[in-house]
Order: sequence, then C-alpha cells, then structure tokens
Amino acid sequence: MAERSFKTEVEALRLGADQVFDGEGILAVTKALLQSGVAYVGGYQGSPISHLMDVFNDASGLLKELGVHFESSASEASAAAMLAASVNYPLRGAVAWKSVVGTNVASDALSNVASGGVTGGALVIVGEDYGEGSSIMQERTHAFAMKSQMWLLDPRPNLTSIVDAVEKGFELSEISNTPVMLELRVRACHVHGRFIAKNNVPPPMTVAHAAQNPVRDIDRIVLPPASFLHEVEKIEKRWPAAVKFVRDARLNERFGPEQGEFGIIVQGGLFNALNRALELSGLSDDFGNSNIPIYVMNVTYPLVPEEIIDFCRNKRAVLVIEEGQPEFIEHELNTIARKADIQTRIVGKEILPRAGEYTGEVLRTGVTRFLVQQGFVVPKPPASVPPPDKVLAAEVPQRPPGLCTGCPERPIFTAMKLLQRELGEFHVSGDIGCHLFSILPPFNLGNTTMGYGLGAAGASAFRPGKGGRRAIAVMGDGGFWHNGLMSGIGNAVFNQDDTVTIVVDNGYSAATGGQDILSSLASNPLRSTRNPIERAVRGVGVNWVKTLTRTYDIPKMRDELRRALTSPVSGPKVIVAQSECMLNKQRRVRPLLANAVKAGKRVVQERFGVDADTCTGDHSCIRLSGCPSLTVKANPDSLRQDPVAHVDDTCVGCGVCGEVSQAAVLCPSFYRAKIISNPSRWDRFVNRARAAVIGWLQMRASHALARRSF
Amino acid sequence: MSKSRQRIAIAILALGGQGGGVLSDWIVTLATRKRWFAQSTSVPGVAQRTGTTIYYLELFPGLEIEHRPPVLALSPVPGDVDLVIASELMEAGRAMLRGLVSGERTTLIASTHRIYSVSEKSAIGDGRSSGDKVLAAAQSRARRFLGFDMQEAADHAGCIISAVMFGALAQSKALPFSTGDFEAVIQAGPAADSNVRGFHAGLKGVRAIETPSVPIAPVPTTNAGRRLLARVCSELPGPTHYFALEGVRRLMDYQDAAYADLYLDRVRSIAAIDRSAEGWALTSETARHLALWMSYEDTIRVADLKTRGARYTRVKSEVLAKPGQVVTVTEFMHPRLQEFCETLPARWGSAILSSPRLSAWLEPMFRKGRDVTTTNLGWFLTLRVLASLRHWRRKTLRFKIENARIADWLEIVERAGRDNPAAALALIKCQRLVKGYGDTFARGLRNFTRIMVVYNDLRGGADVAAVIDRLREAALRDEEGISLGSEIANLADHKVQQHP
Repeated sequence: MAERSFKTEVEALRLGADQVFDGEGILAVTKALLQSGVAYVGGYQGSPISHLMDVFNDASGLLKELGVHFESSASEASAAAMLAASVNYPLRGAVAWKSVVGTNVASDALSNVASGGVTGGALVIVGEDYGEGSSIMQERTHAFAMKSQMWLLDPRPNLTSIVDAVEKGFELSEISNTPVMLELRVRACHVHGRFIAKNNVPPPMTVAHAAQNPVRDIDRIVLPPASFLHEVEKIEKRWPAAVKFVRDARLNERFGPEQGEFGIIVQGGLFNALNRALELSGLSDDFGNSNIPIYVMNVTYPLVPEEIIDFCRNKRAVLVIEEGQPEFIEHELNTIARKADIQTRIVGKEILPRAGEYTGEVLRTGVTRFLVQQGFVVPKPPASVPPPDKVLAAEVPQRPPGLCTGCPERPIFTAMKLLQRELGEFHVSGDIGCHLFSILPPFNLGNTTMGYGLGAAGASAFRPGKGGRRAIAVMGDGGFWHNGLMSGIGNAVFNQDDTVTIVVDNGYSAATGGQDILSSLASNPLRSTRNPIERAVRGVGVNWVKTLTRTYDIPKMRDELRRALTSPVSGPKVIVAQSECMLNKQRRVRPLLANAVKAGKRVVQERFGVDADTCTGDHSCIRLSGCPSLTVKANPDSLRQDPVAHVDDTCVGCGVCGEVSQAAVLCPSFYRAKIISNPSRWDRFVNRARAAVIGWLQMRASHALARRSF
Repeated sequence: MSKSRQRIAIAILALGGQGGGVLSDWIVTLATRKRWFAQSTSVPGVAQRTGTTIYYLELFPGLEIEHRPPVLALSPVPGDVDLVIASELMEAGRAMLRGLVSGERTTLIASTHRIYSVSEKSAIGDGRSSGDKVLAAAQSRARRFLGFDMQEAADHAGCIISAVMFGALAQSKALPFSTGDFEAVIQAGPAADSNVRGFHAGLKGVRAIETPSVPIAPVPTTNAGRRLLARVCSELPGPTHYFALEGVRRLMDYQDAAYADLYLDRVRSIAAIDRSAEGWALTSETARHLALWMSYEDTIRVADLKTRGARYTRVKSEVLAKPGQVVTVTEFMHPRLQEFCETLPARWGSAILSSPRLSAWLEPMFRKGRDVTTTNLGWFLTLRVLASLRHWRRKTLRFKIENARIADWLEIVERAGRDNPAAALALIKCQRLVKGYGDTFARGLRNFTRIMVVYNDLRGGADVAAVIDRLREAALRDEEGISLGSEIANLADHKVQQHP
C-alpha cells in the first residue's frame, strides 16, 4: 500500500465527455492516457512521478474494465523495454519515471526502441526533477531525446495543455514511427487545476489480442543490416514526418502581436513563468495577452525550421528562454538562422543564467535586461532587490530532509556511529533512498552515492589490505530489487569483494512513497510479494548472510556489524536489517488501534519521555538519533542554562531513545511509559495494589523531604 | 491589459508531515466553491521527509474559465505574494529571507512555536536560534503580521496545526470569503470535530506577546529554610540573592541544611573578593554554578528523583494518559562499575577501582543496561533504598572526589578574582562543561581540566578572560574535542611568536 491513497481521486478518471475534471496534474495525465485508448502502461516510481504510479495502482479496477494492462515495473529499464509491445502492433503504450536518473537506467531499451521505431504510439512520461525540490543531479532529459532521436514535448503547464500533449503525442508517435517523450517539470506534476474531460476509449487492440496473433518484422530488430537501415529511416522518413505533423497540428503556439521588433522563444513549460514576468513588468496581462511576440515551443525536439524562420524574420533580436544546460535549442536556433541567412540576433544564455531553475524572478530580470539592451523602455522595471537580511540569515537554520520519527533506519546508523568509536572511521558507500539521509548531521555517515541499487558496487573497489578495514555499503530494499542484487551483490560474489553490505529492508520502496516491492510483507492482490531478500542473496552465492528482524535492537545491530567487519571469512558479507517503515506502519496501524480502543479492547501503547530534572542538557542522545520527536525545550531549572532534551507528542514509541541511552551509556533521563487503554480487571487490580503501596511510601518520603526542604 | 489586480497569490511554508498540503487543499476547495479558479502546486520531493516544503497557490475570480483560462504562475515571485502562511517561526523567517514577504503587499500569518532543526538541538550547549529576532523582522517587514502559537492551540484542540492555521486565515480576512464558508470546508472533511475545534482556536488566536516570567523568590517553609534565608540576606549582596536562594533550596533538597550552609560559606568567600565591574556578577554566577556542581548527579540523586510522587504525576501528564488508562514507567539505566564504586564508602570504592583483579571480577555485572520499571514494587523499593543512602553520602567516594574538585576550582577562582575579576568570572562559567553521566561527564571534565591547565600556563595575560571564554565555547562545539584542541594549539603558536 502506498503512502498516499488516490482511491477517491481515481473516481475522476471515470468522467465522461464535457464534464469538468478537477485535480492534480499527474491524475490528469492518467485521464488523458485513458482518453487516448492506451493499451498498456508501466513505469517506476520516484518524485515527481510517484503519484502517477500510485494512481495507476489505485485505478486497477478501472484499468481492468477498459482492458488496459498495467505493470509496476522492476526498474525504468523494464518499463522502457515494455514499449517493445508497440513495435509490431498498433498498441498504444505509456511508461513513466523520474528523469534524468530514470532515463539513464532506461537508456539501453530506449535506444533500441527508438532505433527500430514503433507502429503503435509509444509515450515516455518523464518527471523532470530539476530546480527547487529536486533530489538528483541537475541534467537535462533533452540530451537523450536528441541522441536517440525521440521527440520531446514540453507543454504549457496547465491541465488542458498537458492533456492535449498526451493525446497529440500518441498521434505524433504513430505518424513518425518514433517514441515520444512528454516532459513534465516538478510543479507541473503537482499542479492542481481543471480541464474538460472526454470519454475514455478502450484500446482497439489489447495486449492479449496481440499475444494471440504474433506479427514479426525482422527489419524492426536492431541487428545489422537493419540497424543501418534504421538510421537512414530516422533521417529520411521519421524526422520529416514529425516536423510536418508538429507544424500541421499547430502543436507550437504564438502569443502576442504578429509583428514586432523583438520576440521571445520559450519552452512551453516555462510559459507561465514568462507571462508572469512580463505582466509584472507591465508587458502582458493575466490571460497571456503579451505586448511582445512569443513563440511557445510545446515541442522542443524536433524544431520546426519554417516556423522559426517565420517568427525570427524581420525581428532585430529574439530571446530564447531555455532552462538548463547545455543550451541545445539555442545552438540549433542559431544554426537555423544562419542557414536561412536571417540577421536576427539570437540571445539566450548570455543574458539568462547558465544554470538553475528559471523562476518568475529570474525571467523578469532576464527579459528586462534583454529589452533594455535592445533600447526598449520597460514600463515597470523590477525594483532593485534589497540585500538579504544578515541578521535573519544568521538565525534561520537550514532544514534538510531527514529520517522520520521512529524510522527503523535510524538505529542502524546509531549502531554504526557507536561502532566507529571502537573501530575508527568507516568508508561508507551509499545508495539512493531514505537511508542516504545518514550523510547529514547528526550521523555524518556516507562517502558517495553512485545511483539506485549501486551502493554495493560503489564499494567494490575498496579491497582491504591484510587485516585492513572493510568498506561498508548501504542499500535499501528498493535499490536492491531495482538493480542492486545483480550489479552489487552478484558482482561482489563473482569478484570475491571483501565488503560488508547492509540491506535496509523496510518492506516498501519507502523514499518514493511506500510502494510495494518483491520483498514487501504486505499481501498484495495484484503482485507477488514476500520474497525474502536473504534467499535472493544466498541464491547468487553469498555465504555470509545475517538477517536481523528488529533494527531497533542497537546492541545486536552493533555486534552483528562488528562481526561482519572483523570476521576472518573473506568474500562479501551481507546483513539484511529488517523493520517496517514507520511512516507506513503508522498509517497502517493507527486506525486499527483507534478502532480497537473504541471497541473497548485492551490496547497497550508506548511513549517515551525525558525527565527534565535529571537531564543535564548535553544532547548526546540527539547526536546519536536526530529523531524529529526528540527535541529540546527551555530548561525548567532556573540555575541551568542549556535546554533539556524533550520528547514531543509525535513520539511513536519505537524505543530507540532508550536503546541509545543504554548502549552508549548516556544518562538515566529517558523513560518509557506503557499506556494501557481499557485495562483488564487484573491490570486494574495490580495497578491499584501497587499505587496504594508506592503512593503511601511516596507520601512518607515527601513529608520527610518537606521537613528538610527550604 | 487589466488595471487592477485580480489574483491572490498565497505561499504556505511548512515542514514535511505538518499538513501543509491539507491546508492547500482546503483553500482550493474553498475557492472553487466560491466560484474562484484555484491553482495550487508544490515541490514536495524528498523534502516531505521533515524538510521545508513550499506550497504555492493562485486564486483568480470567475470559475467559468474553461473558455478563457488565466495564465497562473507555478512559483512565487518575490514582492508579488499577497499572503504567506508559515507553520513555524523559522519558516516565517525563511519566507522573509526568500523575499516572499513584502511591506506593501503581504499579510504574514505564522505560528510562533519552534521546531528545532538538527543543528540547533544537537549542540552540546545551547544552539537555539533567536526567535525574537525573527519576530521583530516579521513585525517590521510584513504589511500585517499575525502570529501566535498555533501548535499549542492545535494540541489543545487535538487536531493538526493546519486547522488552526485555516482559522487564523479566516480571521485575518485576507481572503474574500466568509468565516462560515471556511468552516463549511472543514466540516465536510475527515476528522471534522477536532478540526473545527482547531479552526475556532485559530479564529480566536490573538497575537501572543510572550512576556518573560518574572522570577519569584522562594518562600521558606521550615525553620532551617528561614535561618538560611536570613543568612543569605545578611551575608550576601542583593543582586546575588536570586541564585543564592535557588542554590540553597536545591542543596537542601539534594542533601540537607548543613550542606546548604557549606554552600553559603563558599559563596561568601567569593563575595569577599568580588570586584566585578557589573554588580556582583562573579558572586552571582558562583552561586549558580557552585550549586550545580555541589548537586552533582550521583546514583543516589537519580534514584531519589525517579521515585518521587510528583514525578509520577508529571509523567502521566507528559504522556497524555487519560483517566481510566493504566500507566507503567520503565527507566533505561546503565550504572557502570565506576558509579557503583563511587556510591560505596570512599575506602572500599577506591580499593575496588584500584585493584585490577577485583574490577575485572565485578565488571561483567555492569556490562549491560537495565530496564528498571519504577512502577513495579520491587524496583521501586530498590531505588528507594538507594535514595536513602543520602544519609551516608558524605562518606561516599564520589563525594570525596567532587568536593576536592570543587575546592580546587574555587581556590583558582579566588586567586584569580583578586587581580582579574573578569578571568575569575570566565573560570566560574566553565562549570557549564561539567555535566551529564558516564562518558558525557568524563568528556566534560576532561575539557574543563584542559582549560584549567591552559589558564595555569597563561596566568597574567591581559585577555585571559576572553581566551577562557573562547575555549569554553570551543569545548561545546564538538564531542571529540577537536575545536578545543585547535584553539589551544593556536594559543601555543601565538605565544611562541610573541616570545621567540
């Protein structure tokens, strides 16, 4: 079960013609796919595209009704390879992932499908994780589109335009026999808006029908001599067909007056930010009625030379607004203008920043500079930005993401930190997933991350000398099944790497929103779960494997890790550290408990706390935990200055605080309270008896105290 | 081109898990019901895992937009945001840093409570940012600032903070919708009862101006108390009374009246040489730090505090136990051989600790931590017996050790105070390093000792006080003592340069 449920939202996918759809961008894309008669969908989760996968999962009933096949692919490569179904058959298919990382993983299959070409429309929906809120390296998917020659759509970020792009994307794909990429920026994926729906269309041919009636065409397979044929076909047939369709279907748009001395060419996805920048400068209005001619490229690859020449002709200068680098579009515009012998100056990255997101403010500054340079009077130039307040900047702390309250991964890193005190610093090869937050304070553990499922492979070069220290690799269960089993564990077995790999098995692909994976413990009616990681690891030949079923047991965690690091056995060692992702566990368990309490059942819950009068305010406990619910508060003691540790109401009672204070021999301030709702008769009897005796003794003690007190 | 501005731009700054998305959804629902076009977006990504997240909304009048849709932005432009809602004080600060709060346009609604960042709470001393500075900036930078502790209101109402924020938003009248319209949105959602309560708390939430609580001098309740109060009043100068009385009260609670007398004797000896420029600062701080050191945390003290009746009541309220629920309390203790020996009579204790054979024999018994359920009669009685060892505390090894340390420290301070009051004050404040239990205590004491050694070497320099202050701050910077070490090394280099 995923972190966020779309069970109610997916009802909107059933809307018919002329009804108003009101919802999130990702949901709108799903609706557009169903309106386009898609036959199969797949993909791999990851922000900002996770919700798309969650929506598909929650809409499985509807998909079945329509005859649409859906897979939660094992990786982006699996998803991309699925597009093979569109090679020989008129099946429309769509796959989705986080880009640029997902596209990296998928690129082998993408190159193959792009080379052979497609018969049915093939759409690759990429969530371009660039700019604010991004969790990955800042690169462009654009490069992949160009090198494999797939068309790239970058629609204006409103639901109507996005839905149109999906529908037109399939047509473009079919007409040009080329897979098409639909690029959605982070905010566009999450934008809440409206569009007018159409009826859903069941696929004219289903995957089952195709399987029943195989078609084979050797010219579509990437093997010489067909591969050489493909290259020629790309240039001579598919490209011209695509350019013609983009032009005829008017996929690119024009705003503002027909003529003007200057113009702006903008990627569709940036249009809204550009319009806001112009509006604030007094050059446009709320509806995009610009004073300056604008050419909006909803298709950023391929370019349509005729449209560009037509737009640039008779203009002194044109500003290209293209986010990210290298500036492929700007280069090509210059080439087009040069070849057509147009003297229009193409201005781009010389004025706009070469790196970083193009926000409204960046564009406002850039456009103003462009116009002023060209001698144009801007009605409302941006006021000079006051320098940031130094006092505020010094006070406002950074707040990077971290492990959640009660996270089962926290004790693993606490154990590592404690062990470091004994054995010295470790080299830790990280992976992709929640556990990578260990690189931040308070743990400060982790040296590199090389990609999803590549944690173990990232440690493979570190072969210890005789008796030397072993490198540690950390991998999540998500990364393990995505790729880590083969490229990490298999590789380590084959090469007899002497490393220790910790596989964090929390039962979900947690960082991407809690989707199920092969080793999830939940029973999933649609998928095969409960395939133990240890079995897989042993299956590829690891002999030293240890599964720990409770990561919260810090001494055990520490001792097992010590054993792995100091064992005389050489070869890869794997520790599978299991405990359920707390975010998902709480979501699962909390309503059950609330119902049980309501129904009068005996329920025991745990909470942790700190005694302020024994806490001396050193915060060692926090430095070994970093739990959001373990915080500080002003010291109630009037003599002490340092704030005391404090457990706030969000505590879920995972027990790490207590384990830490014992294992690290910290202090006796922590306590665990067991709270029994609807206590049994026996509970009440024992409690009354204890309270009577203890209460009487306490009363005596407090009288004695009163006698000797101030 | 439209002349008057129609759209309303709203930025919500929240931490992952605080329900910023819920608030954003409520505003969208509200606006849509009132036939406004509402667009919202966010960049949660990994930030949803406790990091900072910004939600951005634009509202535009007239829902019949399918034929003529407005072009709305997906991210805020500094200076162009009408309404900023921050779920925590530093997030309000962040909004200002990002330029989202403008004096001409922006209504800033913020909860003034703090959720401390890892960097703030993991400091060895006090790493907290100054909320006052952020509040002052909010007052001066926003067109209108409405701030109060919404988390407290939410806790009280038993709802998520978003409900209180939604109420505060309704009350601010920053949106052209009636309070009834706001409430209807919450009514239709899940957990309506508690959220409506929170919503009303938000409506009522007025700006809470935090007034520093004026310390109230304790009133004695026993004869011994009255006698000691008289001693403080007659023997010590007025400005030192507050800490001195707190100290007396603490040490009577810790040991007995005689121990408090010893304390006052010691404070008085410092007062006798106190020439502090700023009104008895040295004596006052001595009263504070000496009381803390003299009430060092030994096993007797911990056992006593853990078993007090008042503590049981406090725990019940802290864990939000409801009437009818049964609560049991378990402590996590890890007494080591050293602490055990230190509780023994001095001669026995040091005999064991100095005998490797005896130590090695006893050590295994103290290797594991113990879960001590103090609501169980057995453990309760054990701890009470331990607490009653208070009567013999003066004979324990720990008492001997700590009193020797205190005497040495006071002697150094007293000597320093005669010709350099500032240095004496700086040395007194070093007690702040000596705190905690086990390894923490050992580390603090080690740092304290290093500083004392440096002081001994330095004696006489003009800026000694500044040096000690700097070293003390450095000792609080990291656990490994790296900062302190490099400060000391710098000092040595400096000295070599001065006297080659």
